Amino acid sequence: MKSFNSYIGRPMERVEDLRMVRGRGTYVADVNRPNQLYAVILRSSVAHGIIRSIDSSEALALPGVHRVLTAKDFGTKVPVIPLRLQPLPQLESFHQPVLADKKVRYVGEPVAVVIADSAAIAEDALERIALDIEPLPAIASRSQAEAKRAVLFEEHGSNVAITWSAFRGNADEAFKMADYVRRETFKVQRHAAMFMEPRGFVAEWDEVAGKLTVWGAAKTAWHNRRTLAAQLGLALETVDLIEVDVGGGFGSRGEFYPEDYLIPAAARIVGRPVKWTEDRREHIMSANHARDIECDVEFAVSRDGRFIGLRGQIWADIGAYIRTNGSVGPRNVAQFMSGPYCIEHIDLKSSMLTTNKTPCGTYRGPGRYETDFIRERMIDLVAQDLKIDRVELRRRNLVADAQMPYPLASITPYDSSTELDSGDYHAVFDRCLREFGWDERSKLRGQLIDGYYHGLAIGSFIEGGAAGPKEEARLVLETDGALSVYIGSSSVGQGLETIMAQIAADAMEMSYDKITIRHGSTSYVKDGYGAYHSRSTVMGGSAILLAAEKLKDLIRKTAAARLGCTAEQIVIDGEQAGFGGEHLAFAGLSDEPLEVEAEFFNKKYTWAYGTQAAHVAVDPGTGHVKVVDFISVEDVGRMINPLTLHGQAIGSIVQGLGGAFLEHLVYDDEGQLLTGSFADYLMPTASDFPNIRSITVELKPCPNNPLGAKGAGEGGLIPVGGVMANAVADALSHLNVQPMELPLSPPRIWQLVERAEAARSAT
Amino acid sequence: MKPPIFEYASPSTVAEAVALLASRDGSAKVISGGQSLMPMLAFRLAAPELLVDLKHLKNLDAISIGEDGVRLGAKVRWCDIESDARLAVSHPLLAEAIRHVAHYQIRNRGTVGGSLAHADPSAEMPGVAMTCEARMTIVGSAGSRIEAAADFFTGPLQTSLQPDEILTEVHLPPWPAARRWAFLEFARRKGDFAMAGVALHYDLDGTGRIVDAHVGVIGVADRPIRLAAVETMLNANRLDDKLIAAASAKARESVDPPSDIHAPGAYRAALVATLLARGLKKSAA
Repeated sequence: MKSFNSYIGRPMERVEDLRMVRGRGTYVADVNRPNQLYAVILRSSVAHGIIRSIDSSEALALPGVHRVLTAKDFGTKVPVIPLRLQPLPQLESFHQPVLADKKVRYVGEPVAVVIADSAAIAEDALERIALDIEPLPAIASRSQAEAKRAVLFEEHGSNVAITWSAFRGNADEAFKMADYVRRETFKVQRHAAMFMEPRGFVAEWDEVAGKLTVWGAAKTAWHNRRTLAAQLGLALETVDLIEVDVGGGFGSRGEFYPEDYLIPAAARIVGRPVKWTEDRREHIMSANHARDIECDVEFAVSRDGRFIGLRGQIWADIGAYIRTNGSVGPRNVAQFMSGPYCIEHIDLKSSMLTTNKTPCGTYRGPGRYETDFIRERMIDLVAQDLKIDRVELRRRNLVADAQMPYPLASITPYDSSTELDSGDYHAVFDRCLREFGWDERSKLRGQLIDGYYHGLAIGSFIEGGAAGPKEEARLVLETDGALSVYIGSSSVGQGLETIMAQIAADAMEMSYDKITIRHGSTSYVKDGYGAYHSRSTVMGGSAILLAAEKLKDLIRKTAAARLGCTAEQIVIDGEQAGFGGEHLAFAGLSDEPLEVEAEFFNKKYTWAYGTQAAHVAVDPGTGHVKVVDFISVEDVGRMINPLTLHGQAIGSIVQGLGGAFLEHLVYDDEGQLLTGSFADYLMPTASDFPNIRSITVELKPCPNNPLGAKGAGEGGLIPVGGVMANAVADALSHLNVQPMELPLSPPRIWQLVERAEAARSAT
Repeated sequence: MKPPIFEYASPSTVAEAVALLASRDGSAKVISGGQSLMPMLAFRLAAPELLVDLKHLKNLDAISIGEDGVRLGAKVRWCDIESDARLAVSHPLLAEAIRHVAHYQIRNRGTVGGSLAHADPSAEMPGVAMTCEARMTIVGSAGSRIEAAADFFTGPLQTSLQPDEILTEVHLPPWPAARRWAFLEFARRKGDFAMAGVALHYDLDGTGRIVDAHVGVIGVADRPIRLAAVETMLNANRLDDKLIAAASAKARESVDPPSDIHAPGAYRAALVATLLARGLKKSAA
């Protein structure tokens, strides 16, 4: 009797954890090479200015200092960082040089690299570099950008880099016909992924072999390798980027930053290994920021509460340069604003504004977090105006199962279209209401209990995943019967090794323990795309499935040759290949390892979806919000590992709560970053949000990949800002408090209460 | 995030420590728990030539409780106060306030003397010292002196300590068993610096009227302050809702907090009013 595996769907403990909890993880700070030197980077303390001179002589005089590298050390033209996503030619003038040459455009921009015997000596040397920058007026807000008191890129002549357009149907006509139109403005604050372990690199140049090795890659190692090889004029094969353990990524880690070039280039120049470890202050001013948008938006609605049209303008403050994925957030805000709801007519513009701040990039749920805040707030405002229950209003407008696949707005330039692939949005919505106990809890709405007003909210979301174009897997059945799985996906702490082993074990009908997942070097497979857009499980997992089919064919062929039958006659079962009464174990099946490669191509995104409900209590005296209960229900198509998925969902929700209540990168009018440490930039801590529940369902498998899985690494976070703002508005409904801006900090809520009370007493 | 180069000494007597401080003409700095100084060094906001570590000094880590009140050695850590059950009776206001200091790990190292000498305007210990009219024992080259809290705190992160002086002890006056009190603060997250905090205590006379009201606030000025106008309003009156409302309003107008990235000044002023009202209610419960 044939045995079947069922690792997929089981809550397998993470194979990575034992290493981590025993302190045996290897982070880039743990990597050391013989004869290694240390790099520290001099960063601009001026937001906008012209570099007049850099005098390094005093720094070089300090014992232990080897070099101070400035732009002139990196060739006649300083390399720039190309775009990885949406690489439009009209954006080329906004690419960041790896080292500021003539101008600095944000506080934190690299200006020079000190190479010394220790990081401490290098930091001492920093203070001895005489950097003369002639300040220019800084652009630190939308109004300053629009007023053009300065222009970041003179040749462009404007601080508007590009405007994206999301369109569907005929919005203007729809607004003419609409029974009701509501217009509002919203703001989401600048915040960032702020992963736990800051970045770092160790780079080593082997002059004799002509080979460069760089430890510290993550997320998109193959892309970064191509970029780095091209910048250094090296053949691709001579550059190896190596992933080590990382403390989180969340979209920010692993993109190509200036240091991705500077540290390897420095190692090549000094001819010794060079190590750079970012500190938190540096990280806050140098790694990608995110989410900084303003929006003026209109909803057109029919009398019976059907959404008809959506139009408006978004302004995304993208900082000083457009880095690798800088367009993704601003573009997503426009394209995905309709979310899981039917809106036939859409006209949304999203303008990217250059400002003298740290450049922006993706952060978990890029654009989606922002746009869901706007949309879910608008829905509650519409419900209030039209006196339709907000639960009913949502139910009336969710995309129905029968409408699938359902197209979203198209986007231009860098044209793309996508459609929601599958889902029973209403079923998940109703499940969330039930699990939350919506009807029972509704009795508490607006009640003042022990000094806190209670409020509820609900919101639905979609989560795109599985960005193409492809992912690679190479499977090697070793002669001892073990299976090595080489993949182009990257681990940024999401449990990749566990998940991939589950998928491979089921596909090969092998024991989980016999499988080793190998990732983390650009030499393992020919090409790889990495870990972003919730893509690893779907893309890497599907590539493993395809490769497993090939490997089984090869096993059948190999066994058939030994057993004297045809490959078709071979039955694979229990790590054996058999024909008739004879069975050949995988171990010893062949004298040579059996090796296959496969690629999975995919152009269609997966669309996980879900609904969240929250119960909050608001202290009007302090502005403090307690999250009394929070529940998220999401359909991921097919769940590979409930344990890791649950962890992803909870962690993601907490990040969303951080954005809703705490995290804010504050700049002054001169472009100085005022939140330069974790004393001022407030991360959620373990005790802040103890009551979070997450439920995952498998109602509608994805029709577009062999696993049936949908990317699910980001979802939990997406609607949190909107749900929280709606819950606060609900709690304070007696005052008609309407938050239109995040974060919902205590002073902001207190101010809203004060104004509402003043308005009430005035009437 | 690497501190600049500094010399290091760990003397074994106060006299040696004072001599070391005096030898550097203001460029030496005392270190004890290091919970404020180490981050300042790492950020290079401070660059002393010499760190004088108090770790080998004896007799500075005792909590002594007697009829004349509570004496805390400068090296008493927050966790020492937390685990001293006598203080629940001998000085409940102190015990409650210290529960709000930072996080577990920090409370295991941070010291009473360090916090007072650092003089962060939103820190709990300076607030308690100010409210309770603590007296500091200070030893320097010229000998030892006693300074009242009201004279000790002179500005933001500034005290009357001279470069060659060490704070060795803080004395809190006796605490009558029937004393009414409250300590309340509000922070964005547990363990953060307070956006504002209120410490208060008063006694009741035979007719149930308030006598000797002390109301101190943190986080709203360049140092911990007392609200004399509120105290005057409370004294000789019975605590009721009307008095609480009036005192709360008076507190709001008595402070003029600066605005910063975390909150506008008006918010902190309103927060003081809210916390005072809640504190007074709590004290009567």
